[in-house]
Amino acid sequence: MPTISELEKTASQVRRDIVRMVNAVSSGHPGGSLGCADYLVALYQEIMKHNPSNFNMDGTNEDLFFLSNGHISPVLYSTLARTGYFPVSELSTFRKLNTRLQGHPTTHEGLEGIRIASGSLGQGLSVAVGAAQTKKLNNDDGIVYSLHGDGEIQEGQIWEAAMYAAHNKVDNIISTIDYNHKQIDGDISDVLDLGDIHAKWQAFGWDVMDMNGNDMQNVVDTLNEAKSHLGKGKPVMIIMKTEMGQGVDYMMGTHKWHGNAPNDEQLADALNQLEETLGDY
Amino acid sequence: MKKYTYTEKKDTRSGFGDGLTELGRENENVVALCADLTGSLKMNAFEDENPDRFFQVGIAEANMISMAAGMTIGGKIPFTGTFANFSTSRVYDQIRQSVAYSGKNVKICASHAGLTLGEDGATHQVLEDIGMMKMLPGMTVINPCDYNQTKAATKAIADHVGPVYLRFGRPKVPVFMNEPFVIGKAISLQEGADVSIFATGHLVWEALQACEELAAEGIHANVINIHTIKPLDNKAILASAAKTKCIVTAEEHMINGGLGDSIAQVISQNNPMPIEYVGVNDTFGESATPDQLMEKYGLNAAAIVSAAKKSISRK
Repeated sequence: MPTISELEKTASQVRRDIVRMVNAVSSGHPGGSLGCADYLVALYQEIMKHNPSNFNMDGTNEDLFFLSNGHISPVLYSTLARTGYFPVSELSTFRKLNTRLQGHPTTHEGLEGIRIASGSLGQGLSVAVGAAQTKKLNNDDGIVYSLHGDGEIQEGQIWEAAMYAAHNKVDNIISTIDYNHKQIDGDISDVLDLGDIHAKWQAFGWDVMDMNGNDMQNVVDTLNEAKSHLGKGKPVMIIMKTEMGQGVDYMMGTHKWHGNAPNDEQLADALNQLEETLGDY
Repeated sequence: MKKYTYTEKKDTRSGFGDGLTELGRENENVVALCADLTGSLKMNAFEDENPDRFFQVGIAEANMISMAAGMTIGGKIPFTGTFANFSTSRVYDQIRQSVAYSGKNVKICASHAGLTLGEDGATHQVLEDIGMMKMLPGMTVINPCDYNQTKAATKAIADHVGPVYLRFGRPKVPVFMNEPFVIGKAISLQEGADVSIFATGHLVWEALQACEELAAEGIHANVINIHTIKPLDNKAILASAAKTKCIVTAEEHMINGGLGDSIAQVISQNNPMPIEYVGVNDTFGESATPDQLMEKYGLNAAAIVSAAKKSISRK
């Protein structure tokens, strides 16, 4: 098992990958990707039971992860590559013609590690709940994880899935909301306020936990604790506080970098702030 | 000329329900999801026999479709059930992304399609569903014509790997089909060299009635049941058209985007000839009995007879 320090080093490399990937094609979503780097690295390299070298769609007896807010694909692609799902060199094909690393994740091109297309928001919680139901039917003790944007939960389908999972005691799922308080058009409190996000999920019947998504020790500890909440009749929701653009000073504290790529000069500035720990692709 | 008769009328949705019940006994990977319309979809027997494999999702169709996509991961074969309107237009983006683009083995089973839903009116009478579903890459689209064919199709799609849209209806209609069902394989019901009548769903029986009326006037129609709209049986369509040199298409669906459109594409690219369309012409439906609506909107044997004569006159 990697140490916290090793996980942090991997997260730093993932952040370098993210800014380089979006810079190379002058498009993509660095802000949320940077914010969720610690969570995804912890999940894939410490928490989940899975088999990166032998990916298969069914994932029998493995833990599964579904990215519902598919626009933060750079952080998922980098984490998958850095965990051994596919060659790190393939990150250079992101968003380019004939790539398996589409702008938003898809099964269509056969990329190892992806089990559903996402991008059109609000569908991933339902998909994760469906996969969790199948695991129960198959007596498979694998855990299903999913990640959602905070703006994404403005989609009504999220609450359909929330009601279903609580009513049916889908207690083999640990979902997480990236609560960075920002969406494309600005602060969530200005666009469409979520109100008391904890009270909402509790009222919908979920076991709600908090996490500091940019503190690796806290991420690992919280995810491990979340596992101990499973099997008790309630789905688990982690409200994960993050900073959009975490790790790159000029991208933090603003929604400006939700869907904009840095230019070459900005990239150099960003890379100066992020240690190269595992070698750039 | 073959004689088609029937001894009973049954609803196609019961064909679905009975097929699903048999699948429940034969294939443990088959699971069913329903959005608060279990009785209307005739899914009660499956639910009673397989409570662990039946998933009531409530009035939440978007969740149902995406959940079904997720349930395929681990090897289940989900059959979703609700009205055709709520199976398609309401959840098109969920089907597009989570099912079709993701290549998931989901069977979208849709009842109460078309005008024959009747008195509930236009809000529920989807007439665009075939068009929407056939546009999705990789989607198989099937519209069976009677109880027997719907039951056979329900069982066949469980063995087909890939997303399927299965469309059926509410009213009791003649049970007359005994031919074997193969996805994508058209069935010739009457041989004739004067006009080809390609019909799907409830309009197949009407096409057979039209064929008898035409025969009384010395006109011999080749009536072909196109139960699978995608993939279309191009070979059978072109072989019939080459013989008759004119065509009528008949469907309980909008002319725009329906079976007729699909056939017109094949014909225009391979062997252009007159085509007349029996379908709904760019309008919504309304409340009335199924028979009244089928007459008002020109979806019956009389309309097919008239279209056949017009198509022949254009040769």
